[in-house]
Amino acid sequence: MTSIADELARLEEIVRKLEADDIELDAALALFEEGVARLRVARERLVAAELKVQVVLDQAGGDLRYTDLDG
Amino acid sequence: MALSFQLGNTFGPTDEVWSVSRLTHMVKRLVEGEMMPLWIRGEVVQFKAWPGSGHWYFNLRDRNCQVRCCMWSRDVPRRATPPKDGTEVFVLGQPVIYEAKGEFQLKVTRIIPTAEVGAAQQELERVRVLLQQDGLFDVARKRPIPKLASTVAVVTSVAGAALHDIITVVRTRWPCCRLLVVNARVQGDGASAALVSALRLVNRIPDVELCILGRGGGGREDLAAFNTEAVCRALAAVGVPTISAVGHETDISLTDLVADLRAATPSAAAEQAVADRREVLRQVADLAARLAHGLASRSRLADERLARTADRLHAGMDAALQRERHRLDRLGAQLDALSPLRVLDRGYAVPRDADGRVLKRVADFAPGSSFHLRVADGDVPARVEPA
Repeated sequence: MTSIADELARLEEIVRKLEADDIELDAALALFEEGVARLRVARERLVAAELKVQVVLDQAGGDLRYTDLDG
Repeated sequence: MALSFQLGNTFGPTDEVWSVSRLTHMVKRLVEGEMMPLWIRGEVVQFKAWPGSGHWYFNLRDRNCQVRCCMWSRDVPRRATPPKDGTEVFVLGQPVIYEAKGEFQLKVTRIIPTAEVGAAQQELERVRVLLQQDGLFDVARKRPIPKLASTVAVVTSVAGAALHDIITVVRTRWPCCRLLVVNARVQGDGASAALVSALRLVNRIPDVELCILGRGGGGREDLAAFNTEAVCRALAAVGVPTISAVGHETDISLTDLVADLRAATPSAAAEQAVADRREVLRQVADLAARLAHGLASRSRLADERLARTADRLHAGMDAALQRERHRLDRLGAQLDALSPLRVLDRGYAVPRDADGRVLKRVADFAPGSSFHLRVADGDVPARVEPA
């Protein structure tokens, strides 16, 4: 899953392209559709987010183990 | 003024006589209300640790004066060695009035032998110079903090208040991320080594975008691990941007200088580490508006272009029609010239019989028969002379 930072960066890029004059209508419509979809995803992710806190432990074999931290 | 005061005293009590309690209370209010806790340097004498309570009592003196000191057992560090008489110390103390005895005392909360501070100070300075020479404090090294991080590592004690503060702030501001806590002792024996391995572990966790190193406030010796060369170098070696938040606002540790960002407290670190979700939602709304506007202006542009194209099309058709019209006119003129009616204009006439057949030869004209002569402006009835 792309990060919210990446989503917003792509959205910023889309908007800048749409705001530029030298773009064909077909391309503009495609960008608009992509933008609307990404906006919806970004908004949903921001609204629904719930913080996850985990403790990272270094296992004997060098593996990492993640355990949820309450509170 | 001074004179009348003295005279007044000479003749006995005035109307207003104070009780001892009132006086002591007043002095207590004056002293304790006006004076904040202070660092005082002096020599410990007549030290006594009360066996039952664990409270410490001693006098602090310099060449000319001394002050009674008490340190409640709750302020005495665990496993602390009581200072021997004659030890020169720094104490942090609040001047108080012990009303029952009418005594001025110092309520001590911290006590540090000056020799320790001297040694610690020298070590701190040695490490500071070394790290500075190696460029670990250089501003050019500082990396920007990614405000929308998905994964944030926190190196601190899982039992500490610092972690609780960080979690609280991040949960409010930016719950869109995963906080990965790497537990480490932050004070006492082994703290330095524990912090070093925790910081190294951060480099092995995938997807971490930011690392917060933190602990709550404490005494100078509690923060000592954050001033060690090993911890500073381990922090500098962390592969992602780092924030150091050690102690209170006033404490500065060497890790603060090495980190990409120094925060005054763990809460402040969390605030500076992540964006406010509400702010980002506003940003998203702004992007939505710009997106809609972008498309609208884009399609208006397309509209205008379409209109221009149609105009050109019309203009082209007009020209073509004009050309056709001219051609028709020319053809019409040629047609006209060929019309027999134009011949009649010149004075010729066409004879036709009753059925409209053109009479071209003498044989067509039977004596006594009637026919029509078609002239330019109409028909003339006519008859062949009888034979």
